[in-house]
Amino acid sequence: MAQLQNENIKLVRKLVLGSMLMFGFGFALVPLYDVFCDITGLNGKVTRTGAAEPMQVDRSREINLQLIAVNNEAMPWQFEPITAAMTIHPGLTGQTAFLAYNPTGQNMVAQAVPSVAPAEAAEYLQKINCFCFERQTLEPGQSREMPLLFVIDPELPEHITTITLSYTLFDITPQLQASYRNGQPSMRRFML
Amino acid sequence: MGTLEQTVETEEHHGPARGITRWLYTTNHKDIGTMYLWFSLIMFLLGGCMALSIRAELFQPGLQLMAPNFFNQMTTMHGLIMVFGAVMPAFVGLANWMVPLMIGAPDMALPRMNNWSFWILPFAFSMMVSTLFMEGGAPNFGWTFYAPLSTTYAPPSVTFFIFAVHMMGISSIMGAINIIATILNLRAPGMTMMKLPLFVWTWLITAFLLIAVMPVLAGVVTMMLMDIHFGTSFFNAAGGGDPVLFQHVFWFFGHPEVYIMILPAFGIVSQIIPTFARKKLFGYASMVYATASIAFLSFIVWAHHMFTVGMPLAGELFFMFSTMLIAVPTGVKVFNWVATMFRGSMTFETPMLFALAFVVLFTIGGFSGLMLAIAPADFQYHDTYFVVAHFHYVLVPGAVFSIMAGVYYWLPKWTGNMYHEGMGKLHFWLSFIGVNITFFPMHFVGLAGMPRRIPDYALQFADFNAVASVGAFIFGLSQLLLVYNVIQCIRVKRHTTAQVWEGAEGLEWTVPSPAPYHTFAQPPLVK
Repeated sequence: MAQLQNENIKLVRKLVLGSMLMFGFGFALVPLYDVFCDITGLNGKVTRTGAAEPMQVDRSREINLQLIAVNNEAMPWQFEPITAAMTIHPGLTGQTAFLAYNPTGQNMVAQAVPSVAPAEAAEYLQKINCFCFERQTLEPGQSREMPLLFVIDPELPEHITTITLSYTLFDITPQLQASYRNGQPSMRRFML
Repeated sequence: MGTLEQTVETEEHHGPARGITRWLYTTNHKDIGTMYLWFSLIMFLLGGCMALSIRAELFQPGLQLMAPNFFNQMTTMHGLIMVFGAVMPAFVGLANWMVPLMIGAPDMALPRMNNWSFWILPFAFSMMVSTLFMEGGAPNFGWTFYAPLSTTYAPPSVTFFIFAVHMMGISSIMGAINIIATILNLRAPGMTMMKLPLFVWTWLITAFLLIAVMPVLAGVVTMMLMDIHFGTSFFNAAGGGDPVLFQHVFWFFGHPEVYIMILPAFGIVSQIIPTFARKKLFGYASMVYATASIAFLSFIVWAHHMFTVGMPLAGELFFMFSTMLIAVPTGVKVFNWVATMFRGSMTFETPMLFALAFVVLFTIGGFSGLMLAIAPADFQYHDTYFVVAHFHYVLVPGAVFSIMAGVYYWLPKWTGNMYHEGMGKLHFWLSFIGVNITFFPMHFVGLAGMPRRIPDYALQFADFNAVASVGAFIFGLSQLLLVYNVIQCIRVKRHTTAQVWEGAEGLEWTVPSPAPYHTFAQPPLVK
């Protein structure tokens, strides 16, 4: 019986350890998932940012780029692209902008989160400069033209002729206030 | 600490304590199994009442009985209570009762923990059900509690829901640890792994699934808790998180969870069919391997619940084919059951009727599952009543029928009395007819595009919904017969033999009926 008790305790230790590891694994899925999306370019997250290497301009085809601006719920700003769609040769640096206007009576901070469809195109859309790299602060009644500088990689697969780039604008004023109260920023790094 | 040794020694000479403390302090696997089963029955009736209120509202198009928000609370609570409160505790109860009897063990390996894992449940579910009476109402975001519905837009009671899930998770994990320790360490001499009854095998594999995924569920609700109260942004896009992450983590738990609810059912049916076909189970080893393969595959198919979130083609194909692969081991099982019956001397007592209905109706549910696995077709089926029809076919005439089959099969062993066969059959036929009237029309309205979880619907769905509602009330009310049959079996003395069923084989049928409070204090020798 005493020996059985020992065996039971040994087995229980292993099983409890196993369930604790699985609890940890649940949380490990969060970075794993980000890493997986980074590597594969799934989920429409634009992973290539910053200065572009000079590229061969592919004049043989034109890509149709559609621009969409969406307000997250409870975001009162006016937010729209200056042009809804544009055509551009791959490898050529394109420039456009989005307009934002704060109609409320208070200072507000916003963060734009981009998404690319089809997801397959995400890794070929390189943003050289984007308003989504930074938080946007607008005073009451202030408006701003927020620039976007990008280039489409000529390696883009042949069958993709249209890319949709969508920005969702989030009001992060309450979160910022909360994190100032706590004395530390509480937000995870943006995956732009 | 209540060790197994102390439990066996002290209670050996005393028998059960008297009064309420018997149930509060008990470490006896039979007492705890009984409590699990009663708890599960109460939850089944409660969840059933919620289902009936849903069907009553859906009897006609338009809003009749309840506000949409209350309807959403009903669908959410019905799902949570049936999954975590009715089906899972019923299987744990059956395991508590039968696993030690089947392997010749005197009790569960960790009797004190066994007591604890049961007594957490009433508290967890009191907390969960109490949210119905809170300001803002109960959780209303569906039993899958997708973020941000369950975080940003959740009622305040969501915190109680989160802690209830934590508690039932702890209960399940402790129960699983106990079952694994019992099966691995307490088998009678000569009871090798490949001689284990299939119910024991399926529960062993289920217990490993529980240990692997219940902590992930605890993790995902913890992330929700942190998002809601501590300003993190796991699932909040504004803070750099991603709501789709929720679905991935949830279904990483959720898909193994659906096998947790069906593998013990396979085990029960694999015990019952050989008994009433009076033949040995066909393909014992292949049954064991099929169960293990299903358990393994359950970890690599989770995203078939989320074909429409915008996965890349490669992902859709992977999850489509891996899901279809599950049909292979499941098919092995179904063919083995049929082969067991082939040329058997079959009789059709109530447990066998439920087991046969299980085989037929579960297979229908499996086939609609295959249809849902086809990624391109799933875009049409997604979130429609077709999905509702599919998972109710595998869970009601699947898991629930197997539990009822097991209850009728083992009830004479537990009580020492035979249940009333005529009443048992009446219960079966009313349930069988009711279940099909309820869920079969849902396939049609689902294919025609009726979305799930909506309190109102377009007029063209009216007739089928009225039919489904009638069936639901037939099925729901006929469960009162189950309650009657169980109570009658306990109270009316119709003594039965130790073997109970002519074709029954296994250690559990060698002990007297009713099974004495202590069995196998001296381990039997298995040849």
